[in-house]
Amino acid sequence: MAETMIQILKTISEWAIPVLLVLIPTVGFLKKVKVYEVFVEGAKEGFNVAIRIIPFLVAILMAIAMFRASGAMDIFVSFISPVTDLIGLPAEILPAALMRPLSGSGTLGIITELINTHGPDSFIGKLASTIYGSTETTFYVLAVYFGSVAIKKTRHAVPAGLIADFAGIMAALFICQFMFG
Amino acid sequence: MLNYVWFGLIAIAFVTAMFTGKIPDLGTAAVSGAETAVNISLGLIGIMALWLGIMKIAEEAGLIRLLARLIKPVTKRLFPEIPPDHPAMGAMLLNLAANWLGLSNAATPLGLKAMEELQSLNKSEDTASNSQVLFLAMNTASITFIPATIIGVRVAAGSQEPFSIIATSLFASTCATIVAIITAKLLGRLPVFKKTNPNITPAKEAEK
Repeated sequence: MAETMIQILKTISEWAIPVLLVLIPTVGFLKKVKVYEVFVEGAKEGFNVAIRIIPFLVAILMAIAMFRASGAMDIFVSFISPVTDLIGLPAEILPAALMRPLSGSGTLGIITELINTHGPDSFIGKLASTIYGSTETTFYVLAVYFGSVAIKKTRHAVPAGLIADFAGIMAALFICQFMFG
Repeated sequence: MLNYVWFGLIAIAFVTAMFTGKIPDLGTAAVSGAETAVNISLGLIGIMALWLGIMKIAEEAGLIRLLARLIKPVTKRLFPEIPPDHPAMGAMLLNLAANWLGLSNAATPLGLKAMEELQSLNKSEDTASNSQVLFLAMNTASITFIPATIIGVRVAAGSQEPFSIIATSLFASTCATIVAIITAKLLGRLPVFKKTNPNITPAKEAEK
């Protein structure tokens, strides 16, 4: 049952893009849209959007890279691990959880290492996998999405994103304890 | 907010590095971070152009408005600032759908298109609207049915049940999304954030 579900989902995700790339121009063509001209018109913006993001992303990634290089993360981990022990979050997971909102590639690195050391089907391996799959890299999304429209004053986006990340990690811990614990 | 976070990261990095003896690494890290940022941005050009082109056709063909109308019952509650059949709604739905399917290459351009549409309704040039914050929060918590990257890592590590984490990821990301929506909505009502809302009179927005 679960296997067939997964197979169906996989097929959908493999077909989705090719189908959209044909379907949308087809509907446009039938509705007498000048598909080629309109495509080019829209695509022109792609360059500008990508360029607009650069300063925002440089600012964020530079600060995060410095933070990671300084070793501050390790100190932070030892500082709050007594608290996370109380709720049953394995100490090994903590760096991955803290890295999640900051850096996607950083988290993937930590998690790959955890999976390889503890085994993919161990509790830690499954929890780490779940945490990676449960939220996005908040600061990256923030820089790219707001950067593309030149938004500098982000108001409550940072706290909302971080609280959601925290909720995602707590939910991951809860469901993994429930299902695999 | 980002001013504090950004400065905090740099300041903490510097002070910590003084004690850990990693001061020389900081400069290298900053430069390589900047390079990564540029590579990511430039790498987006092709895929951005492709999806913005397709989206423009979808817009002219009326498909985006059609999508927007389909999800009206949900979106008019989530995004009261946005006129219900505005193209922003259609673009947001496509972005979320791409996220659900784990199509991150398509999700980003579609999300940026949605942001641009939301920006066209924002009175401020540099301050996020409530809708933009909510959309962003939903994206940072993004629900995924197929976390392809991590499944790949699990398979490579010789997992007997590489897919066993699909259900747990789905649960966790759904919880994160619900919390994201509630938090974005509630925080938006706090005086400190309400004060900076660039679109205090949402009724007038609809006339635009």
